[in-house]
Amino acid sequence: MIHFVLLISRQGKVRLTKWYSPYSQKERNKVIRELSGVILTRGPKLCNFVEWRGYKVVYKRYASLYFCMCIDQDDNELEVLEIIHHYVEILDRYFGSVCELDLIFNFHKAYYILDELLIAGELQESSKKTVARLIAAQDSLVETAKEQASSISNIIAQATK
Amino acid sequence: MASPSLMDTLFQRTLDDIIKGLRHQQAGESAFISKVVEEIRREIKSTDLHTKSIALQKLTYLNSIYFIDMSWAAFHAIECISSPNFSHKKVGYLAISMSFNESTSVILLITNQLRKDLKSNNEFEVSLALDCLSRIGTADLCRDLTPEVFTLLSSSKVFVRKKAIGVVLRVFGKYPDAVRVCFKRLVECLDGTDPQIVSAVVGVFCELASKDPRSYLPLAPEFYRILVDSRNNWVLIKVLKIFAKLAPLEPRLAKRVVEPICEHMRRTGAKSLMFECIRTVVTSFTDYESAVKLSVAKIRDFLVDDDPNLKYLGLHALSIIAPNHLWAVLENKEVVIKSLSDDDPNVKLESLRLVVAMVSESNVVEICRVLVNYSLKSDPEFCNEILGSILSKCCQNVYEIIVDFDWYVSLLGEMSRIPHCQKGEEIENQLIDIGMRVKDVRPELVRVGRDLLIDPALLGNSFLHRILSAAAWVCGEYVEFSRKPVELVEALLQPRTSLLPPSIRTVYIQSAFKILIFCLHSYLLQRENIADDMASEMLGLKSQGECSGSSALVAGKAPARQEQDEGFNPRDSNKSYEDLSIINEGDVSALLEKGFTHESIVNLLNLIELALGPLSGSPDVEVQERSKNVLGFVDLIKQEISNGFVSERASKIIDMVHDAFTEELGPVSVNAQEKVPIPDGLMLKESLADLDAICGNVQLPSSISFSMGSPFGESVGASVSIPQSKEESEPSSESTSLLAEHRKRHGLYYLPSEKNETLANDYPPANDPKSSDNTNDDAQDLVKLADKSLLPKRRSNHAKPRPVVVKLDEGDVVPFIAKKSDTRDDLLSDAVRDILLGNVAKTASSQSIISDKSSSKRKGKEKLNVDLPESREILGVEKPDLGNPSSRRSKHRSHGKEKSRKSPEKKNSDEIGDGEKEKQKSRHRHGRHKTKQRAEGPLNVAAQTPVIPDFLL
Repeated sequence: MIHFVLLISRQGKVRLTKWYSPYSQKERNKVIRELSGVILTRGPKLCNFVEWRGYKVVYKRYASLYFCMCIDQDDNELEVLEIIHHYVEILDRYFGSVCELDLIFNFHKAYYILDELLIAGELQESSKKTVARLIAAQDSLVETAKEQASSISNIIAQATK
Repeated sequence: MASPSLMDTLFQRTLDDIIKGLRHQQAGESAFISKVVEEIRREIKSTDLHTKSIALQKLTYLNSIYFIDMSWAAFHAIECISSPNFSHKKVGYLAISMSFNESTSVILLITNQLRKDLKSNNEFEVSLALDCLSRIGTADLCRDLTPEVFTLLSSSKVFVRKKAIGVVLRVFGKYPDAVRVCFKRLVECLDGTDPQIVSAVVGVFCELASKDPRSYLPLAPEFYRILVDSRNNWVLIKVLKIFAKLAPLEPRLAKRVVEPICEHMRRTGAKSLMFECIRTVVTSFTDYESAVKLSVAKIRDFLVDDDPNLKYLGLHALSIIAPNHLWAVLENKEVVIKSLSDDDPNVKLESLRLVVAMVSESNVVEICRVLVNYSLKSDPEFCNEILGSILSKCCQNVYEIIVDFDWYVSLLGEMSRIPHCQKGEEIENQLIDIGMRVKDVRPELVRVGRDLLIDPALLGNSFLHRILSAAAWVCGEYVEFSRKPVELVEALLQPRTSLLPPSIRTVYIQSAFKILIFCLHSYLLQRENIADDMASEMLGLKSQGECSGSSALVAGKAPARQEQDEGFNPRDSNKSYEDLSIINEGDVSALLEKGFTHESIVNLLNLIELALGPLSGSPDVEVQERSKNVLGFVDLIKQEISNGFVSERASKIIDMVHDAFTEELGPVSVNAQEKVPIPDGLMLKESLADLDAICGNVQLPSSISFSMGSPFGESVGASVSIPQSKEESEPSSESTSLLAEHRKRHGLYYLPSEKNETLANDYPPANDPKSSDNTNDDAQDLVKLADKSLLPKRRSNHAKPRPVVVKLDEGDVVPFIAKKSDTRDDLLSDAVRDILLGNVAKTASSQSIISDKSSSKRKGKEKLNVDLPESREILGVEKPDLGNPSSRRSKHRSHGKEKSRKSPEKKNSDEIGDGEKEKQKSRHRHGRHKTKQRAEGPLNVAAQTPVIPDFLL
């Protein structure tokens, strides 16, 4: 299973973290520090797998972002690479040629998309179209909910409560 | 309250504002963040959920990127998810799944909200709740929400169903009893036609099976169907993983599955699936020749691929298969050895493992040479990887693959001198271990030890200290093989030994003492012989000198070394001593035969006194005590042997001490302690708690105060400090010129230069890689070299027969420690087993293998932990009456089950009546029935072996 997902920029800034196994805040910091040290220093033509504390970390670089996933020793590395690619493609489709800034300003959306892709550390949806459809549906739900909340009558009701 | 809330609402900073603000902060990021957190703390208290949710969202952002603590906002997050507004709910759930953990105190408050959302009509709310549960589910939450998850497992919406399946994994992990409720429906999902559902459920089973494969054997037919029918690579990979776990448990299953796997391997173009097939074969199907051959062919494709990923995976697959099919590695040895010089450290590491795996008795010398040469050129980290793997490979099974121990010991010596070598501890252990186990190698061992000891440059490298300590011990213990014991004493007492930590210095002192005893003893022997032989002649110094002169058969060398290099001739000079001289010095035709003179003994005693004198005031207790002991002894002997006359008393003392040291130490079995019976009345388990109290009262003197308080007082302390400070002020990594100067000053302590001892002469800096000039520089040569050595040739006649290696009957096996498996896993697998075996029993309707578990099962929900051991016990006991109709029990059980869900029997009959699609299934069941009857016998014995349907086998 996937233990955690990390997005780290080339400068070592964290862009997204998702933990499927229990890690305390302290451990999380340590993991990120350790892994960004290992991964960011690796050259471009090396393989995409790093053995780390009895786990394997599969990473791939897209533009300035490193997508990392930590898996068990006997998990399939190539499959995880495909999952990463899958995720990137979905992001790309959703944001329209995604860039780091999109993920910075829409960090919660990146989470929601990841949630549609993975559950409990397992891949749950292998169809890009389906994920896109689900996310769009939820977005429209959010929009209508927001509209309702920000309607003037609502604000007045709030104010006069 | 209303107005600040409104103000907050209108002027609240959004997440975007925060992010922009953070991006504009160059330096004062943390100040900005703490300001924002202050704002959030205020805003989050607002009664307006909109304001609250935005505050929470900002906090979540800060938590996920900047790791700001957000546990204090747990309750606010719960408030958000209870909002009817979807966007608030979403923000709240995101915050919860990010920040909640087992120890969050308010976690129990969300049970009801989760339940409500799980039952919601809006599928997206359900999905939010499921996502959240999959992340934070605790035992309590999982227990309380199992019914809802169970209901969702049969939801009409695929989107919800697949998420529910995913959540089941967490639920099972936390609350194993949920298996009894959900498992059957989960299994049914395997038959589903919807690919998404199958994919999700296979993922769950893959994860479950990786923890405890045995329980899932009965499901093999379903997995087999998927393996054959499915064309979805994601699913196939997971199914292959499951089979990799199941196949070793059931050989008949492996036979059946291996063909479809090969089929996939031939057919697929997807590398991930291909690799999974390969891995499955090389881990679990190594007995199937054709499958292995096919996968090795595919591995070769990977190895020659340009993609470093595939290369790495290919090497990885090879290393899995290496123990069983070494030929696969040998076939690809070129690639493997070339990869040793790859850019990628991972690839290098894999190929190192493979190269080491290829090592055998016949090629160990060549491969080790290649590797050691290679390690000289590699970076420190990899260098140590290489050394570590050589060491661990060579000592495998008590040095199984080593024939020529002389070579190996000198290799160890060479490895110690490699720059970056940090394997001191391992080398130390092996030097001592070999010394004790292999008698014949001791002369060489002493020689290697001597070479290490006399090199003052090595003392400066702290990684080598452990090795030096081993060398010192070896030289002391086996000094009878040494050609020049006096030289050893000088090496052991050279001034630079002050760089050693005290624990190792004590070894040095003790070894020097042993050597001294040996010298004295042989001196005495010599005297006695002389006394016997030339009784008529005068005793004393003169005759000694004559004797040594006349007996020096190697006359050419003798005069040059007269002063320092007094040899000796122990009367009991044994065979190996002669061997030594033949082996070590090719030119030696005659036995070295030189005796100690009175003068040389006195010199030796003086030397020891001089060197150890300052140490008698050492702040380290151990060093101080040992050097005091030695000094005392030296003092005593000096008095007794003055004027060339050895008193009766002295010879007696020397004899006795010598006897004490000659007692040989042998290797001790790891289990030796266990074999000693515990004497009656010995309370090993008695609490030592009061020991602390006792020790607490005793003021442990700090080392400094100890030396001050010692009877020698301050005068000794002062005398110590002078030489020490002088020596310690010198940096450990001196340049050669400094060293030379140093040498001049302490000329006394250094060994005389000899023409054949370049080492002592020119003081190479520690770990000079001077041997690297014969290094083969490029990978091509490596290949060639290894090519030669890898040929499975077998040298029929070794130069020497393999010496005897002392082994202990079974003592060298590390005692097996039974690992206790996780209780939670146990619970889970028990539950699964119960369900699956129960299934079988139901279908084989005339019989039942049901025990009284059912009663505990009904209660199990509340107190499974108590009941389970009991139920397992019953399972074992009850099995034998498997064939007997025990209708009362089965009725009892089904009754119990009906309470919680649909009766399986009823369901089964539904299925059978269901037409075309179900037909095959009922056939399985039927088959299962038959197996049952036939396999009755074995089943009784192996209580825990689940049944596999006949059709598959």
